[in-house]
Amino acid sequence: MLNLVARIWEALTRRIDRMLFVCALAIVGVGLVTLFSASDQSIPRVTSQLASFGFAIALMWLFANIPPPTLARAAVPLYAVGVLMLVGVAFFGVVVNGSRRWLNFGVARFQPSELMKIAVPLMLAWYFQKFEGRIGWKDYVLAAVLIVVPVYLIKRQPDLGTSLLIAASGFYVLYLAGLSWKVMIGLVAVGAAAGPFVWQHLHDYQRERILTFIDPTRDPLGAGYHSSQASIALGSGGVVGKGWLNGTQTHLDFLPERHTDFIFAVFGEEFGLIGNALLLILYLLVIARGMVIAANASTLFARLLAGAITLMFFTYAFVNMGMVSGVLPVVGVPLPLVSYGGTAMVSLFIGLGVLMSVQAHRKLVAT
Amino acid sequence: MARRLFTRKRDGNGRGFGSSDLQRADRDRFLFRRRLGVAGGLVFVAFAGLFARFFYLQVIEHDHYQTLAETNRIAIVPIVPNRGVVTDRNGIVLAQSYSGYTLEIMPAKVKDLDATIDAIAEVVEVTPRDRKRFRKLMEESKNFESLPLRTRLSDEEVARFAVQRFRFPGVEIKARLFRQYPFDEVASHVVGYIGRINDKDVDRIAEWDEVANYKGSDYIGKVGVELSYERELHGTTGWEEVEVDANGRAVRTLSRTPPVSGSNLKLSLDITLQRAAEAAFGERRGALVAIDPRNGDVLAFVSKPGFDPNLFVDGIDPANWQEYNESPDKPLLNRPLRGAYPPGSTIKPFLALGALTSGKRTATQTIFDPGFFQIPGQAHRFRDDKPGGHGTVDMYKSIVVSCDTYYYLLANETDIDDTARFMSNLGFGSKTGIDIEGELTGVLPSREWKRQRFAGKNYRDEHRKWYLGDSISAGIGQGYNAFTPIQLAHAIATVANDGIAYPPHLVKSVQSLKTGEVREIARDAAVNLGLRPENLAVIKNALVGVNKEGTSAAAFRNAPYVSGGKTGTAQVFSLKGEKYSEHKVDERLRDHAWFIAYAPADKPKIALAVLVENGGFGAQAAAPIARKVIDHYLLGNSAPGAAPVVQERPGDDESD
Repeated sequence: MLNLVARIWEALTRRIDRMLFVCALAIVGVGLVTLFSASDQSIPRVTSQLASFGFAIALMWLFANIPPPTLARAAVPLYAVGVLMLVGVAFFGVVVNGSRRWLNFGVARFQPSELMKIAVPLMLAWYFQKFEGRIGWKDYVLAAVLIVVPVYLIKRQPDLGTSLLIAASGFYVLYLAGLSWKVMIGLVAVGAAAGPFVWQHLHDYQRERILTFIDPTRDPLGAGYHSSQASIALGSGGVVGKGWLNGTQTHLDFLPERHTDFIFAVFGEEFGLIGNALLLILYLLVIARGMVIAANASTLFARLLAGAITLMFFTYAFVNMGMVSGVLPVVGVPLPLVSYGGTAMVSLFIGLGVLMSVQAHRKLVAT
Repeated sequence: MARRLFTRKRDGNGRGFGSSDLQRADRDRFLFRRRLGVAGGLVFVAFAGLFARFFYLQVIEHDHYQTLAETNRIAIVPIVPNRGVVTDRNGIVLAQSYSGYTLEIMPAKVKDLDATIDAIAEVVEVTPRDRKRFRKLMEESKNFESLPLRTRLSDEEVARFAVQRFRFPGVEIKARLFRQYPFDEVASHVVGYIGRINDKDVDRIAEWDEVANYKGSDYIGKVGVELSYERELHGTTGWEEVEVDANGRAVRTLSRTPPVSGSNLKLSLDITLQRAAEAAFGERRGALVAIDPRNGDVLAFVSKPGFDPNLFVDGIDPANWQEYNESPDKPLLNRPLRGAYPPGSTIKPFLALGALTSGKRTATQTIFDPGFFQIPGQAHRFRDDKPGGHGTVDMYKSIVVSCDTYYYLLANETDIDDTARFMSNLGFGSKTGIDIEGELTGVLPSREWKRQRFAGKNYRDEHRKWYLGDSISAGIGQGYNAFTPIQLAHAIATVANDGIAYPPHLVKSVQSLKTGEVREIARDAAVNLGLRPENLAVIKNALVGVNKEGTSAAAFRNAPYVSGGKTGTAQVFSLKGEKYSEHKVDERLRDHAWFIAYAPADKPKIALAVLVENGGFGAQAAAPIARKVIDHYLLGNSAPGAAPVVQERPGDDESD
């Protein structure tokens, strides 16, 4: 009997990377505690987040058990379906909040750009794996096209934030695959030169966000209000914070969107610099573990995929905390594993599941 | 080699080096690890940067932000806009807002709630009903919400409480806007009501991207035009920047952006006609929809019984809620939109029109009616209402006396899918697109429909198959047919308007209070069904015959105008071949009475469908209601007398 339990336990945990899982769990714990405070002690919010979490770890387990070659086989169809759906969105999409981002499947609505967050790095990693050893400049150009197509489609939904994040995920694969520094520097130069042109093509609300970022007092009721109230929340938290459930910014209604994108301000107000440092360390541990897994992966595909996922995890955390603390403009990026919301939770745990799979399925090749 | 440009290589001589795969793999892995290392360094630097920023905010600038947080007393207070007024087509107010005072409690700030409420009750009146409603609100609300205990306080009560305010922390008098529906139950299903915003509404608001605009709003449209035109009625929230004292009370206003009131709605409804129509129903349950066939304006929209929308505004108290919700009369059911009933004989003129259009029948072609129809080779007799039959029947007579056998024979010769195709053009089986929510499609039976309906695992193939018998019952509007009153009203309006269909709609125009500009509501374009004038003439002539010498002649006796109509009876209870006898069946199992009509016959200005639930025969229960409504509309309030009283059915020989 005991033996059976032990065997089931072994089967369940065999592919689960302990360190990655424990760190992720700790971050989710921090998130639930903060969410309880941020939602004015709403039990339904917390249970709903817990439900998403339960679903997410089930998917994590599933992905941890899918060997990387199987994932590689799914890369092309997944990417093709994703791009087709994005084209579908452009023609038949459902408009929500003035953006055409959703496809309606009768029973549920689906945002194809979420799928592309995984599909783009997957596709590129597959591509570089397939042509491993004979990668020339043409391949980089083609890879760039593979990135630009979905990025363009998402940009015109319009959803600038997500399109930039997907561009970043693709770029990470290119970078890890060995894109020349010269080219990267060149791209930065071209980007800087194209700045004024891009500015002209931004939407009003996007310009507004950038201008507000430069000068938060511009629009004290709108985006600037978010930004300055978040800074006040963090700053007034001090070294040890005001204590759980005691944040005045949070509970006197000064902080907007406090259980989603700005949840970090709640955390920083109530737990202070010490709490923030702890959270940064937890994130660093996840990222470091991801990098170790990428470095030890046995195939180019697994390396690139694991590396890109890890860097994306970093990007989300950095962009969100940077936005809340006022060093980056306000963009709609949730804080990984902390912000309220099921979709982000699920896709992040799928990413962690893929990392675990890479780790568990690495062949110990003696070289 | 081009590659050199893009992949930086240590050896720098391209393919020459590392021809062995193993060496190349090692080199690639090394390259990858170096790239990863660089990225890791950047990650570390970025996080260190974040930490530095946190340190700056939380340690170096801590005092500054601490002060800001403490003096974060500049609160931005939303000013809720005045909700738009809803009027009927003549400007009579159906829904309006007025301002008044509420006594509100923030439960989170009150230690002993019961004691506090008891203490408040000594100062202002608090009824047990107020307490119950407050409990219910508390169960549904979030923690830091301020909830009304009493609404509509008098000036005297406000003054009395203000003096004692210090005794009640967490209790406040607030000026709020109230919604009032002066006509109470009349047109309640059209106007609808507003209610407190719940979680589902919050999602809806987020979907509109209107979260900021609903800050401070407690109410939102829940039913009727209050729901479907919520975004017109709500208006734009204003903002006030105020300085608040340590207790969060406003001391001084710093700046103010005034709110913009919501737009006013003008309905196509004529409230006096509506009231007359509802009065004509008396205590009976049912539905009535009257449409101006020339443009789709809904003139009257009755669902009986109705409800008092005023009860819902501040959160309905449990006793009333239970009464509404559990009453077998279903006062909350919007019958014209959501009641699907078999159309009975009211379907006949439309089927006849279909037969003329397809060429299955001509107007003069006759059949012989022996009083029943049998499918060849089967024993079952589909009976006519008149035991001996109507004898020789042409199309005119088939409609005027409502001869079932004529339509049994027609159904026998017509494929059900062809029938469904024609009927769907008239709007049966699909939503009419009226501008309030919740409309049902009803059932327009066809082979495909039956396959889908019985697709479930519990059904076998023989359940999914279409039988000739199905067609025969459907041919007189029984069987699977189920249409909503608005569908029938829309269809008769379309026929009255010579085949040009206007989607029915309730709101005529929206008046913006900001600019004073009146905007007509954009409507779906009229659809010309392309029906042949000579065919329409045959049907309309027969419909006029029904009111002149047919089943509803009694109800329209001495009318000073010419009208067309058709009676119908929808079976509630299958009698399996037995003869229907009104007094034998329980009231709830009695047939539903239908009547559709339009007038004046030459240039129709009004078309309507009336349904009286369990009313028995259409001629008896529904037609007199239609007569009263048409009289009221065409002749005005000064109509001489009421419609004549219809005598009891003289005998069994008169069909419905």
